[in-house]
Amino acid sequence: MTKRIFILCLIVGWAAGLFFAQTKPAKVIAIKGAKIVPVVGDDIDNGTILIKDGKIESIGKDVAIPNGAEVVEAKGLSAYPGMIDSYSILGLQEISGVSATVDTRETGRLNPQVFAIEALRYDSMHIPIARSNGITAAIVAPSGGVIAGQSVLIKLDGWTNREMVIKNPAAMQIEFPAIRGGRGGFGGGMGRGGVVAVDATRLIAELKEVFNKARYYNKRKNFASKNPSLPIPELDETLEFILPVLKGELQVMISVHSDRDIKAAIQFVKDENLKAVFFGVEQGWKVADDIKIANIPVIIGSLYDMPPVWDDGYDSLFRNPVILNKAGVKIAFSSMSASIAKDLPYHAAKAAAFGLDKKEALKAVTIYPAEIFGVDKLMGSLEKGKIANVVLSDGDILETKTNIKKVYIDGKECDLSNKYTELLEKFKKRG
Amino acid sequence: MNKTIRNLLTSAVVLALAPLPVFSSGGNLLIKNGTILTVTKGVIAKGDILVLNGIIRQVGQDIQAPAGVQVIDATGKYVIPGIIDSHTHIALDGTNEGSEAITPEADVGEVVNADDTAILTALSGGVTMVHTMHGSANPIGGPNVVLKMKWGRPSEELIVHEALRTLKFALGENVKQSSRTITVGGPPPRYPQTRMGTNAIIRRELLKAKVYMEEWDRYNKLKASKTPPKNLLPPGKDLRMEVLSDLLRGKMVARCHDYQATEALEFIGLAKEFGFKVQAFEHAWEAYKIAAELAAAKIGISVFADSWAYKMEAAEGIAYDAGYCAKKGVLVSINSDSGERIRRLFNEASKTMKYGGLNETEALSLVTINPAIQLGVDRIVGSLEVGKQADIAIFNEHPMSSYTRCDMTIIDGDVYFDRGQYLKEREEAAKQAQAPKKGGRP
Repeated sequence: MTKRIFILCLIVGWAAGLFFAQTKPAKVIAIKGAKIVPVVGDDIDNGTILIKDGKIESIGKDVAIPNGAEVVEAKGLSAYPGMIDSYSILGLQEISGVSATVDTRETGRLNPQVFAIEALRYDSMHIPIARSNGITAAIVAPSGGVIAGQSVLIKLDGWTNREMVIKNPAAMQIEFPAIRGGRGGFGGGMGRGGVVAVDATRLIAELKEVFNKARYYNKRKNFASKNPSLPIPELDETLEFILPVLKGELQVMISVHSDRDIKAAIQFVKDENLKAVFFGVEQGWKVADDIKIANIPVIIGSLYDMPPVWDDGYDSLFRNPVILNKAGVKIAFSSMSASIAKDLPYHAAKAAAFGLDKKEALKAVTIYPAEIFGVDKLMGSLEKGKIANVVLSDGDILETKTNIKKVYIDGKECDLSNKYTELLEKFKKRG
Repeated sequence: MNKTIRNLLTSAVVLALAPLPVFSSGGNLLIKNGTILTVTKGVIAKGDILVLNGIIRQVGQDIQAPAGVQVIDATGKYVIPGIIDSHTHIALDGTNEGSEAITPEADVGEVVNADDTAILTALSGGVTMVHTMHGSANPIGGPNVVLKMKWGRPSEELIVHEALRTLKFALGENVKQSSRTITVGGPPPRYPQTRMGTNAIIRRELLKAKVYMEEWDRYNKLKASKTPPKNLLPPGKDLRMEVLSDLLRGKMVARCHDYQATEALEFIGLAKEFGFKVQAFEHAWEAYKIAAELAAAKIGISVFADSWAYKMEAAEGIAYDAGYCAKKGVLVSINSDSGERIRRLFNEASKTMKYGGLNETEALSLVTINPAIQLGVDRIVGSLEVGKQADIAIFNEHPMSSYTRCDMTIIDGDVYFDRGQYLKEREEAAKQAQAPKKGGRP
């Protein structure tokens, strides 16, 4: 009997030991045998990625796998960094035609006080679909008016909206008043031609005046803080939320489309001394050198659209990123969508079909957006020390036929089920 | 001057940089050394296609060019059947006759606009044929028309008379006008405003058509009898009823805009009750829920790959719809329904490999042979086979790769889009723009 108890104790002790051994130390995951595409640097055949504390502990061909690590056999698979969508409306829109589910546009022209994060529907049905296609982070941007609000960079995982924040705000969104109209084509689209062309000059003047007022407002605040005898200026909500931009703490993302407007926007950025990124930029190819000289990165709008004017040529949207890239402008792609945000890689591939180097296309959905939004120390490539946002696929992630097998965000394996798969499984049961 | 050439020149002036038909080869071509994806008869590496008088005469290897036949070098490229869009609204001067709910007399075939630049857009994506349709504003819209994308030709020459005659029906949100705001003092809402009313109004019209047909049958019988009654008068002609009679007599087939499973099943019920053929459901975002019924009734679907969640009835439109239904034996095509998506239908079709597990040939079928079958033109187009019309597209990479690009589009053996030519013209135009101009404004 005592012998039995003794053995039982041994078993319990061993089991408990095993239990603590597995849970106590930080979880280590070793992705083994994959073709690693780090994006920065050369590809590594048959490599290993070691993940610890949600970060890439080491990466390479000869990485020792510590005892107790969870080994993920990835032979035949490719490992990529998670992709970053540089302009989406994920979490702000469920069903575009049902206004109750749409939170993309505030009314009025000047809304720097509205924050996308505050409306972000963290359990949007579109987020798991994008995630299961290898997208692990996205800019979520408001649109409309002249100052549309503040965008946020989120990771596509989390139980609450705030849990998903990588950088908030990511940029103040400006819809540059269109002198020559935005992109025409099918459906108009959000984020474009937010303001009718007729009074564009007046609107640009208004925008500049707001910036001037904000500067003056800031001065008065500073004086008042130094000199108690001076009155504190009455709170001005609009000006208050522009201040981080004026102080250089926050960049602006300027939605701008025609060549003429792009030139005007470059001048505006110079005059106001802003840190800026452009978005849309359909006729950027006509003024690529100006954009390069101004050193302003460009978020390419969705390529699922028609040329702004027919004379640009049927393929102008497709060659636009090619020409900008060749001119040395930093580019990143975007879905401009919620329901088909998952298509981000195919916008990049489309540009590659029209001449963009395939590696550059991949960078424009990974490391370039990370650089543009100032998070390249954290993500955008598979490198030691970066957050472990890793995608395992059975092929090139920019190819439509490629299947995504596993997605890790912050080193945590994500659930790849989504509304597509749930409904499919449900109705498969019918036989 | 030949009318076609005149048309070409006119359009060349208007659209300096537009991809134009390069020239008429007289329908005689030899495509050399391409990877030929016949769709129905396998893949031929380093294959050739000989086209004479607009018809494919030989498909194989090492075919020699007869004298005077232009040779197109397709080395390293992929040669596929011209892409067919089973559902668009391009090249029309009107889509919806939405003032009334029942308008089967409103035939879009009478308002074909051969000057619509969407034809060029289609050509630039390898599309050679479209089923361009009445809109979805009405439970019974009107007849649709099948066109070849022969840019520069007059409207009459675009129409494909071999195709099945199709009649547009529509169900759901568009028909019941759910996005329309009813204002006080404005026009009263149009009947129907519910899915119940939609089914009821279609049934009512079909019942009327049966009575109409019976009256005509009785009249014709009496007239043909040995002793026709004196003063025998024919019933009145009713253009709406004429079209519906054609449907009920099997001279036309129904193409029905539908989203939800329930309305689809009820429409199948109506088709059984009245004995007409439903050729395909359009959009059919819940087809995967009733794949068994669709397969059993031999009803196809013409759907998007993944454009969804744009209205309530599209909220369960999963990207697996097309692939899943295809595996369940439903005849599936991927359509554009758009003057923009039409130029990337090949990309859209390729998505069914990921969502649905189709192979490359099956995926390519969704925009070639399958829509051809749906339109009743599979005997003349839809695959690369001897005897078929030479509607062909040439791609630089495999058409199911996301890195691919259409380089040439051929209809009836004539080249209507040539990217090489387009690039040359673009370069020329750029040179001219840079050249110093004499006179004029500074």
